[in-house]
Amino acid sequence: MATQSAAERQSFMRSLGRLYGLYTGGFLGFIVLLAIMEQVGVPNRVLGYLFVFFTLAVYGVIGVAMRTAQVSEYYVAGRRVPAFYNGMATGADWMSAASFVGMAGSLFLLGYDGIAWVLGWTGGFVLVSILVGPYLRKFGAYTVPDFMAFRFGGNFARFLAVIVLVCCSFTYVTAQIYGTGLIASRFLGMPFEIAVFAGLVGILLCAMLGGMRAVTWTQIAQYIVLIVAYLTPIVILSTKRYGIPIPELTYGQAIQEITIREQQLVQAGLATVCSAANCGATTLKPHITPFINYSPLNYFGIIFCMMVGTASLPHILMRYFTTPSVREARVSVGWSLLFIFLLYFSAPAYAAFSKLEVYTNILGSSVGSLKPWLFTWGELGLIQICGKNAASLDAAVAACKAIAGHPGVVRFQDFVINTDVIVLSTPEIAGLPYVISGLVAAGGLAAALSTADGLLLAIANALSHDVYYKMIDPNAPTIRRLAVARVLLFVVAVIAAYLASTKPSDILAMVGWAFSLAMAGNFPALVMGIWWKRTTTAGAICGIVAGFGLCLFYLVCSRYFPGYGVKYFGMTSLLNPLTGQPIVDIAKAMAMPNAMEAWPTLAHPMANKVGWFDLNNINCGLLGLPVGFLVIWVVSLLGKAPSAEMQALVDEIRKPRGRTVLEEKT
Amino acid sequence: MQKTNDEIHWTRTRSLMFAHLAIWFFFGYIIHMFVNVLNQYTVPILKFPLGFYMAAQGSLIVFVVMLFVFAKQQDKIDRQHGVAEDD
Repeated sequence: MATQSAAERQSFMRSLGRLYGLYTGGFLGFIVLLAIMEQVGVPNRVLGYLFVFFTLAVYGVIGVAMRTAQVSEYYVAGRRVPAFYNGMATGADWMSAASFVGMAGSLFLLGYDGIAWVLGWTGGFVLVSILVGPYLRKFGAYTVPDFMAFRFGGNFARFLAVIVLVCCSFTYVTAQIYGTGLIASRFLGMPFEIAVFAGLVGILLCAMLGGMRAVTWTQIAQYIVLIVAYLTPIVILSTKRYGIPIPELTYGQAIQEITIREQQLVQAGLATVCSAANCGATTLKPHITPFINYSPLNYFGIIFCMMVGTASLPHILMRYFTTPSVREARVSVGWSLLFIFLLYFSAPAYAAFSKLEVYTNILGSSVGSLKPWLFTWGELGLIQICGKNAASLDAAVAACKAIAGHPGVVRFQDFVINTDVIVLSTPEIAGLPYVISGLVAAGGLAAALSTADGLLLAIANALSHDVYYKMIDPNAPTIRRLAVARVLLFVVAVIAAYLASTKPSDILAMVGWAFSLAMAGNFPALVMGIWWKRTTTAGAICGIVAGFGLCLFYLVCSRYFPGYGVKYFGMTSLLNPLTGQPIVDIAKAMAMPNAMEAWPTLAHPMANKVGWFDLNNINCGLLGLPVGFLVIWVVSLLGKAPSAEMQALVDEIRKPRGRTVLEEKT
Repeated sequence: MQKTNDEIHWTRTRSLMFAHLAIWFFFGYIIHMFVNVLNQYTVPILKFPLGFYMAAQGSLIVFVVMLFVFAKQQDKIDRQHGVAEDD
């Protein structure tokens, strides 16, 4: 639909604005309706179910209404999504359950060091816009492997790109489905496995019939739900505390109060500050002090890997294939980051307000006077007091009494909170009605579902378009191509849901790994392919294999074969960021009977704790990236320059004007 | 030898890319290396320590603004060299 006239586009924009305006109004009205129902006495559980099922139903209806039988609609939404709306869809695509629920918790726990994630998950869009995205849009691919195959001599490069894509997207999608299960089970009291299944149905309804077209329009709806849900509690809390409804401006004051309170706690003997001699989990880490949890190398490593990973993740890049023009693709990256920014610059406010609440009203108060909101989370095992789940006031009092010499007031080391609780409990801390808690649950679900949709589509499209259509049966008719795409989507979704229901222990860490893997596997080849005409097929293929291989090896070895890493590959213990001392005694650990165990659990003394250069394995892209670039450069120079036609085509990609380079049969 | 229109277009595109990469690198990394120094200052009215503020909000705002500016600048270059798409 590149030939849409300006008038057509304008009227399309207007009707979109009307539709989504109506939708947003309807959603707000729905919240008000539920709030009234709550006042009338409808039980909380019913409200929670209404929230989740109503929103799921809306996504489902959009998904089914947007079904399509056209290939270009299925893969790239007909390339007519306006920049503004594509930005919203990318925002929802991008912000996962981890961003919505987990990030504020990490910031609570890690203080300044946690901001590495905020920076890393925003700054990458700069790279998307200036280095990669618009050029891929001009190229006219349906998938990222499409570009690799075209630029780097065919199906072998395509095959490698599919491997990279599946490796980084599959674990990520499993984590999202796991996230839907977690949120639904915590809020609605559904059994975890059933909640996972419900999430699966939601995802399939959105993605299966309409592909990219349906996912785009549902993601916009999901963005609206998730951002309203994320901002509402914190805006109300900020207004209550400081009289200004902009939490991002007021939490500076909260941070100042936290710092004062930290000193008071230490003076009162209720906490010990983390020091070189002792900096374990039971010591207080001042909120604004940098580099206590991560060494500077790992802090900047996380920022770098998350940023470059952003510009390499296929499910993000493919969102920019859907805009009507290269120009709009660029503007759209700006909108994306603006919409993402709204959530990310609020997350530290959640952390600060929660921390202030915990430090003033829980730490230092007597165990007998704890507030009741604690115990709803304690019952689920998410808050512990004096080493036991705080299921009730009596349980907490008994647990503290059992500790010899306990002063009867809650000390820093007595209180342990699961990071997911920070966002989920804020409505209760602020004393807001249950309807706001239900809203937050619906927002968390929207975040998890929208990301899962995007990822699933990326995987299924790579398998159906790249593997089936391009490699197995290039003559397949449209109907069969779409049928294969839908069946594969279904199969991948079911496998991911099954895996999620087994609650694999590394699931959350895997999201971080996905960024490093994508970065090592995709980034050098994409950037060199666009920015350096001399890049050859052999160079790119060797670069992908070397960079991705090294990154994967470092991850797998340090996590699953730590004994072998130490014995054969010269890995040593990671260091404590504050003291610079090794965190495991390698000599002792290697002498233990389980030293050479393969695929050990996280309890293994060396799993995730060994490596090269004190580099955390989440940052393995930092090893793979330079190796990838170097290999591409050297091997390309050793071979013959690419043909004149190929160089001319690269020139074409660099100019927005004109037809896309790749023209697909539809 | 006279450079062709396309070559000049690409040279300018490349300089723009490097300029933005430099800003990105400064606000993504360099400035945060001085967090301890910056933390000695406080943002007026908002009361944030400056180093913390730059990481939590300042750099993010720069990134957002940068992207819209970049889209505008690149479009201008494209138009001047006649390689922009039709409106």
